[in-house]
Amino acid sequence: MYGRKVKLRFFFIVLILLSLILSVFLILKSLEENVVYFKSPSDVKLIGKLENKKIRIGGMVKKNSIKISSNDINFIITDFKNEINVIYSGAVPNLFSEGKGVVAEGYLKDRSYFEASKILAKHDENYMPPEVKKALEEK
Amino acid sequence: MFKIFEPNKIFSITSRAPKYVLILFVLVLSIGLVEALIISPQDYKQSHSVRIMYVHVPAAWISLGIFSSITILSLSGYIFKNNNFFLVAKSLAPSGLVFNIIALVTGSIWGKPTWGTWWAWDARITSMLILAIFYLMYLVAWRIYDDRDKIIKVTTLITLLGIINVPIIKYSVDWWNTLHQPASINILSKSTIHSSMLFPLLIMTAAFALFSLLIFLMKYNTELIKIKNKGLDRL
Repeated sequence: MYGRKVKLRFFFIVLILLSLILSVFLILKSLEENVVYFKSPSDVKLIGKLENKKIRIGGMVKKNSIKISSNDINFIITDFKNEINVIYSGAVPNLFSEGKGVVAEGYLKDRSYFEASKILAKHDENYMPPEVKKALEEK
Repeated sequence: MFKIFEPNKIFSITSRAPKYVLILFVLVLSIGLVEALIISPQDYKQSHSVRIMYVHVPAAWISLGIFSSITILSLSGYIFKNNNFFLVAKSLAPSGLVFNIIALVTGSIWGKPTWGTWWAWDARITSMLILAIFYLMYLVAWRIYDDRDKIIKVTTLITLLGIINVPIIKYSVDWWNTLHQPASINILSKSTIHSSMLFPLLIMTAAFALFSLLIFLMKYNTELIKIKNKGLDRL
């Protein structure tokens, strides 16, 4: 039905696309370390040597772990396998709360102690009215 | 083949369509805005700032959809040697870019009260910025070259490179740790957005799609008139 040239051009496009997908895949695979926005507490455990470099750690704020003192706020970031203690002084975003996602930016003092210079709240994909949330909690 | 895509026959339809599309757009947008801003409930966690979603998400969807359409049109135009496909693609691009910018800006406005930052170099946001750059490259390429064959080759190549980015945008939130939350609306699994919020979201998407159609028709008619004025009855 289609001419030889049409088939050849189609084949040509498919080949270009395939090579592009493969090269982009390889590039992203090798850059994975930089593409991720934050490390989880489990990733932190795997760091070979501690460097004095700014990093981001993300996970859940552990329930009942927030302690507010006069000028600091202490809490624990957990990924339910490993935990890390965070100390921070400054304002936290509105959505920052226990049991919710958080990303902390700052310096790792040791493998379980993190000094944050910035706190970001990471919210999840659930959207619902307050009444529905309440009904779900009562269940 | 593709006789129905002869510009003269199309023009008789596309020149009359805009006013009906405009009426429909205003109608759907009014319903969408009332739903999104007044009737829909506030979120349990974000309260009223969730309403930015009704602009942010449809804008992002439309910009991704338009880029995919431009790519399919350019590639089919190249394979089947049909120049009209390129003209349709060219006319679609401006509204795609506009919605891409709207998605980035509203995302930024939404990010400040919820995440606590205007901008984050995470995979989702960065790949969306790359899409905007591809849109710009595509539109600029149409202006740089005078030779039609060259325009076709360069713009097709740009869409071919840019389309790789589209699945990366879609799956960035699943493949890597990002600040941006994962998708709430899933075709295969259960959506995590309440139906009272999903409904205005879909209406707003329809409104934005109609707006894109309107801009497309106006732009496309202009292109057809330009060709007529040049005394060419074919592209």
